[in-house]
Amino acid sequence: MLKTVLPYLLTGIAVGGQYALIAIGYTMVYGILRLINFAHGDVFMVAGILMVYIMASGLPLYVSIPLVLLLTAAIGFVIERIAYKPLRSAPRMSIMISAIGVSYTLQNLVLYITGGLNQFYPKIPFISDSVAIFGVNTKMVTLITPVLTIVLVVALVLLINKTKIGMAMRAVSKDFETSQLMGIKINNVISVTFIIGSFLAGVGSILYFTSYNTVIQTSGAMPGLKAFVAAVFGGIGSIPGAVVGAFIIGICENLIKGLDIILFKAGITTTSYGLATFSDAFTFALLIIILIVKPTGLFGEKITDKV
Amino acid sequence: MKKILAIILAVMMLIPSFAMAENIVKIGVFEPASGDSGAGGKQEILGMQYANKVQPTVMIGDTEYTVQLVYADNASSTDKAPSAASELVNQGVSVVLGSYGSGVSIAGSPLFAEAGIPAIGVSCTNPQVTAGNTHYFRICFLDPFQGTVLANYAYKTMGITNAYTLGELGNDYDQGLIKYFTEAFTALGGTVMGDNFPNGTADFTPYITNAQMYGAGVVFAPCSISYATLIINQAAGQNAEFALLAGDTWDSNKVLEAATGTNLNILISTFYQEGGNVEFDEGFKAWLNADAEAMTNNGGNDIIAAVSAMGYDAYFVALEALKAAGSTDSKAVNEALWTTTYEGVSGAIAFEATNGDAVRDTAYIKTVDTATGAWQFVAVQGTN
Repeated sequence: MLKTVLPYLLTGIAVGGQYALIAIGYTMVYGILRLINFAHGDVFMVAGILMVYIMASGLPLYVSIPLVLLLTAAIGFVIERIAYKPLRSAPRMSIMISAIGVSYTLQNLVLYITGGLNQFYPKIPFISDSVAIFGVNTKMVTLITPVLTIVLVVALVLLINKTKIGMAMRAVSKDFETSQLMGIKINNVISVTFIIGSFLAGVGSILYFTSYNTVIQTSGAMPGLKAFVAAVFGGIGSIPGAVVGAFIIGICENLIKGLDIILFKAGITTTSYGLATFSDAFTFALLIIILIVKPTGLFGEKITDKV
Repeated sequence: MKKILAIILAVMMLIPSFAMAENIVKIGVFEPASGDSGAGGKQEILGMQYANKVQPTVMIGDTEYTVQLVYADNASSTDKAPSAASELVNQGVSVVLGSYGSGVSIAGSPLFAEAGIPAIGVSCTNPQVTAGNTHYFRICFLDPFQGTVLANYAYKTMGITNAYTLGELGNDYDQGLIKYFTEAFTALGGTVMGDNFPNGTADFTPYITNAQMYGAGVVFAPCSISYATLIINQAAGQNAEFALLAGDTWDSNKVLEAATGTNLNILISTFYQEGGNVEFDEGFKAWLNADAEAMTNNGGNDIIAAVSAMGYDAYFVALEALKAAGSTDSKAVNEALWTTTYEGVSGAIAFEATNGDAVRDTAYIKTVDTATGAWQFVAVQGTN
């Protein structure tokens, strides 16, 4: 039984880790700006495309990986400065539409550059290697992803709780105007938020595209959407919530894809019911249920009306 | 300044109407240049562009017309296909070529029917494309044929009794081919199990695990190229022992690139095998090597995809029909197509009288030589 479930569980945890890294970007930006940054999934995709082109230019790995992460963080920063900052005092709907605009701009830019052809993500030594654990063949990255995710999340939580900029972030997320009055440089805090979010999306893209090695302009859409669901599921604005939500969604999704075989091997069913088809339906149904039962998500803070 | 700009723009808009003065016949190219099937669509267009370069004019009646290819990108998507089709209709094309992918062809078909413009399917293999209409023709074999051929090959030649199928939900091409494969394979005595994945899937590891647990000897996955490369890569990562079997869509350089250096056994059925027509092969390769953009669209090398050969043939079939019609009027071309025959690089082309499907009885089976990254011819396979 365990041998049947294990391969699905392993990829589920890995996928969950990748979603988590993207979900943090959504949840942090929401926490501070109350904005759902729809372009975040596309920043993730652009990080993948950057890696393809930077590796193709012949730079060694120890230069190209930091370079990709740096550029991705820079893209996040630039997007915020160009598309969101001028709209700071505009109604929230305008900034959301601006985010959708950025998303389409990035997608079409990549479509133009790649000509719509799928690009192969370069093989990264060690993490691309095949490995067998308990008789299950998988890639090294499957094992590394959850560990790296946890390490990064712990580092991020420390940053938020122990440093000055972290304190500023917490203050801004509590009350935008008051923290401004207290002398916090709001624009810097927001920039840092976008830089951290994009950096983590960059790390996520390396892990994700090493597992699934094809990058096209729409590659960011589905992972972005799932990560967004994870963020809402965990309680948008809460970092641990996003991480837990991402792991739950990643694992459930993979188990459902293998449910037919698992039930078949356990002797419960004798034929295939095509249950794998419903893996995405399940993800979004879960979102709807959570929103009905617990509108603020698993770890969401209670909204208190200000008088 | 603004006035000057306005004048320039106005002048530029006039230029095309001046160009109209010449004798021009427009052929619509209804193909995906982006999206999941973008890579394949571009290769199909390459065949037409090369044909247009070889034969840029056509004698219709007593006048010589210059052939102009009009492109519309259906973006591999059934909801964008109708607007691409109406774009071609508005441009006043005489005949349409395409599309790569059956779903988009079916989606665009009603618009061509309404405008009375005939269409020649190049590599869309789903029966529904031509069934029950008189304006859609096709020059390739059909899915019932292709599915049966592949099932026969897997069961009889490879000796496999356990198959696993994997297709994209809601994709007419995938689902059609899987249905015919399953029917033929179970009729022979084999067992089939299968899954469908939603659009946008990148994680195929659970499906590959399913196939491994099920003990499948062959995985039949006739999906788009962007999924194919992911499946190949992940199957290799999981040390898959099953053979991967697919239809004509997998006949792409991207598949070769993904499979090179792996231990996978990949088999596909297709329309044309390089070496089938030496003159075409050499000319096409020379053109690719001379034209950097064409080379990029072919995936960066000069391996000939079967769809390029089909695109080439489709273009000449269209010219034959125009000649026979004796006019650029699309309705006359439609009438003429029923009796058009042409000896193409992919074999003789004639249309049967009910649906306008090509009369074909063989497919080529090819495999990837994973050491060198090239296609290797395996067999010519019929339905028995």
